[in-house]
Amino acid sequence: MAYGYYPGCSLHSTAKEYNISLKAVCGKLGIELSEVEDWNCCGATPAHTTKEELGVALAYNNLLNASRQGLEDILAPCAACYNRLKNASYAVKHSPEVNKRMNELTGGVMERDMKVYNILEFFRDIYGQDNLKAAIEKPLEGLNVACYYGCLLVRPSKVLNFDDAEDPVSMDDLVRLIGGNPVRWSCKTECCGGSHAIPETDIVLELGRRIFTSAQAGGAEMIAVACPLCQANLDMRQSQINKKFNTDFRMPVVYVTQLIGLALGLSKEELGFNSHFVSAAELLKK
Amino acid sequence: MARIGVFVCHCGENIGRTVDCAAVAKRAALLRDVVYAVDYKYMCSDPGQNMIKDAIKEHNLSGVVVASCSPLMHEKTFRRTVTEAGMNPFLCEIANIREHCSWVHEDKPVATEKALDLIRVMVEKVKRDIPLDPIRIPVTKKALVIGGGIAGIQAALDIAEGGKEVILVEKSPSIGGHMAQLSETFPTLDCSQCILTPKMVSANTHKNIKLYTYSEIEKVSGYIGNFNVTIRKKARYIDETLCTGCGICQEKCPQKKIPSEFNEGLGMRKAIYVPFPQAVPNKPVIDREHCTKFINGKCGLCEKICGRKAVRFDQTDSFVNEEVGAIVVATGYDLYTIDKKTDETLKGYGEYGYGKYPDVVSGLQFERLVSASGPTYGELKRPSDGKVPETIVFIQCVGSRDEAKGVSYCSKICCMYTAKHTMLYKHKVHNGQAFVFYMDIRAGGKNYDEFVRRAIEEDGAVYLRGRVSKISEENGKLIVKGADTLSGAQVEISADMVVLATAISAQPDIVPLAQKLGVGYDQYHFLSEAHPKLRPVETNSAGIFLAGACQAPKDIPEAVAQASAAASKVLGLFSSLELEREPYVAKVNESTCVDCEFCLTACPYNAIERKEIKNRKGEVIKVVSHVNEGKCQGCGTCVSICRSKSIDLAGFTDEQVYSQINALFV
Repeated sequence: MAYGYYPGCSLHSTAKEYNISLKAVCGKLGIELSEVEDWNCCGATPAHTTKEELGVALAYNNLLNASRQGLEDILAPCAACYNRLKNASYAVKHSPEVNKRMNELTGGVMERDMKVYNILEFFRDIYGQDNLKAAIEKPLEGLNVACYYGCLLVRPSKVLNFDDAEDPVSMDDLVRLIGGNPVRWSCKTECCGGSHAIPETDIVLELGRRIFTSAQAGGAEMIAVACPLCQANLDMRQSQINKKFNTDFRMPVVYVTQLIGLALGLSKEELGFNSHFVSAAELLKK
Repeated sequence: MARIGVFVCHCGENIGRTVDCAAVAKRAALLRDVVYAVDYKYMCSDPGQNMIKDAIKEHNLSGVVVASCSPLMHEKTFRRTVTEAGMNPFLCEIANIREHCSWVHEDKPVATEKALDLIRVMVEKVKRDIPLDPIRIPVTKKALVIGGGIAGIQAALDIAEGGKEVILVEKSPSIGGHMAQLSETFPTLDCSQCILTPKMVSANTHKNIKLYTYSEIEKVSGYIGNFNVTIRKKARYIDETLCTGCGICQEKCPQKKIPSEFNEGLGMRKAIYVPFPQAVPNKPVIDREHCTKFINGKCGLCEKICGRKAVRFDQTDSFVNEEVGAIVVATGYDLYTIDKKTDETLKGYGEYGYGKYPDVVSGLQFERLVSASGPTYGELKRPSDGKVPETIVFIQCVGSRDEAKGVSYCSKICCMYTAKHTMLYKHKVHNGQAFVFYMDIRAGGKNYDEFVRRAIEEDGAVYLRGRVSKISEENGKLIVKGADTLSGAQVEISADMVVLATAISAQPDIVPLAQKLGVGYDQYHFLSEAHPKLRPVETNSAGIFLAGACQAPKDIPEAVAQASAAASKVLGLFSSLELEREPYVAKVNESTCVDCEFCLTACPYNAIERKEIKNRKGEVIKVVSHVNEGKCQGCGTCVSICRSKSIDLAGFTDEQVYSQINALFV
């Protein structure tokens, strides 16, 4: 049976390599993905900060489309998409008023509860750790990875409820499973600055500096992420950070799916490793 | 012809606010057989009780209905009142128009109608009441104390000193409880062990105290004055009568990497062990889970080396039955788990990194680190690398007063012990700096606030009012990020150690015990006292008393005070030759009973026996059921199961109950 797939806008643009690597991994593992037809914007941060109802409605419409398509669950790799879809699913489940309003706004009633998974949850609970372990061909031996969760993936804990919001471990477990060495560090859930990168670049540079400093102190060689915005802020702004703070960070920021792909024996080209600002090529030669 | 008096109480505003008591009294006076009705502000007061007494004489009353609070509260009071006026106490009934009416309704006319209904129902009952005499039962003058912490020890010693026998049961290998783990105690900074261990020794050697350690309560049956308790003595794998406590087995045991419970995981113990050197009794136990002999049959070194041949690998749990007249529950507390939790609710404090950063410790662990009997022999060294910490951050209210992640209540002792910790730290590390994050300082108690001021003013602890959002680790330092809400600033402190003042929680296994005892508990599993103000050491189960932190978070002086109070309650109970109990027991009509034995199997208290009725020649002519009044609890199960309607419950006869129900439909 195919799993519903909601790429969202990022995976078609700034996070192309996330999309490429996920598709490659799923292809290799025989996981069938069925893209939600006629999907629309998840609303991200702008929608719900404009109007709470709008934020829920945009995400709800996607759930509705998926349910009409006969899908039972949705894999949403982007942390923001995941967060919004899960929020909408939670809101209609826990409030009859919101549910009624959503039915009015979108003109549709969901027949069943649509389950929404992020990438970590998907491999942990749905595909299963044992299955993944069995498929590993080239374990990432000795690669020191700082697993960076950011904010949207784990919060609010009441709604997302798949890992500890203050000290999540699901990505660490996944990286360990594929042979890597998740380092102990302090900034797992610190803010990357999000969309402040455009209006308040200095803030984002300072936050990035803290994250890199901590990752480096923890002994990490690279940072793994599961959020396009985190990846963009840390990868793209790294040279700016170095310039501003007179530092010399050279830390690749890669998607966790790219690491899974490597462990499955896929090539760097198949996994989109060529689209990083800070190249991981040197590191992965080992 | 019945002559009933109705007395309607306002209970100050409690009833009067929602029920029109004057109107109720006026209308109650019109009920059939009611010859007198009156309302009064406080019926339980002296003038109120006198009104009842006077009315009984003046109007020659045959029964009394007092419409007031729950019978649990004042039934005894009013029954005593009518007795003083010469009436049988069981001819007085309570119509509960407070808990069952005024407190749960808002609409005054509706509540007033309901109050009148409740009174009408009780008038019907009291009309059919017959005079009853209380049942007298003997009292076993021996007490059971459950829990050997400071509260249990104190209660046991007080009862024993009062000349009565005590059985003290402790589930762990030694008595002493959490107090034995503490270094110094507030507000005097005297050494905890120095004031506790003499009491532990007394408890062990007192001629009136029988001590069962490493034992648990298996079963409790019976009632006040006559409890039957089964105690499970867990296998120590040691013959206690032979063991001299020489300690050679513990010394030689090769299994030495087991985190010590007594040292809160900061030190190691062996598989055969005495929890701490001052333990009472000084007899080891074998930890079956970690003992190599039990794991794979090899080793057995302790058995070989023991000069007294006291090791018994084939020992099993044994059971002891004890008859006691009263029970004191003193099972103490546990600590809230700070560690993050991955259950559905995702509570816990992942952001504090407890369990991840070795230098983030709980308050009890800090006690062990500064205790002379601790893993570092009282020298303060941090767990990760043994370095003497130059900066320590103390965080109060971890779990307490935090409904999102912990519990809503205040754990009461943390403000004081945190102040104590900062002082102990300063006294041991003179150049050390303590920072305390707090919400409020709650230092109510004799010399308590002065103690906290001393920590701040003399020992230089810096108190910051605010919460900590996150602890991270950088280059061997713990970075504590928090808020100082008095200056409105964000604070970042680079510390060597962090001590979390963890919330106190109930014992994790208290619920099954409470259920065995029939004692109530609240949503946090703290045991319920009979009345929060006026009966703080009694429970709603007669003959069972509470002492210490099993009831609510308490410090040592409070736990000891409550223990002594419980002991005096027990001694008071034991001072009477016999106990009186209410005569609400089942009675069998022997002429209609057909000996079907249904009631025998239905009775949950084994109170029904078979009785032979003999003729003058001594021949058995009939066998009938007979109720043992000592055992009968008046539950009425036999009444409802009896096919020939041969059993009735005194004080609650079928006739009374049906007439009460009928009264609701007139």
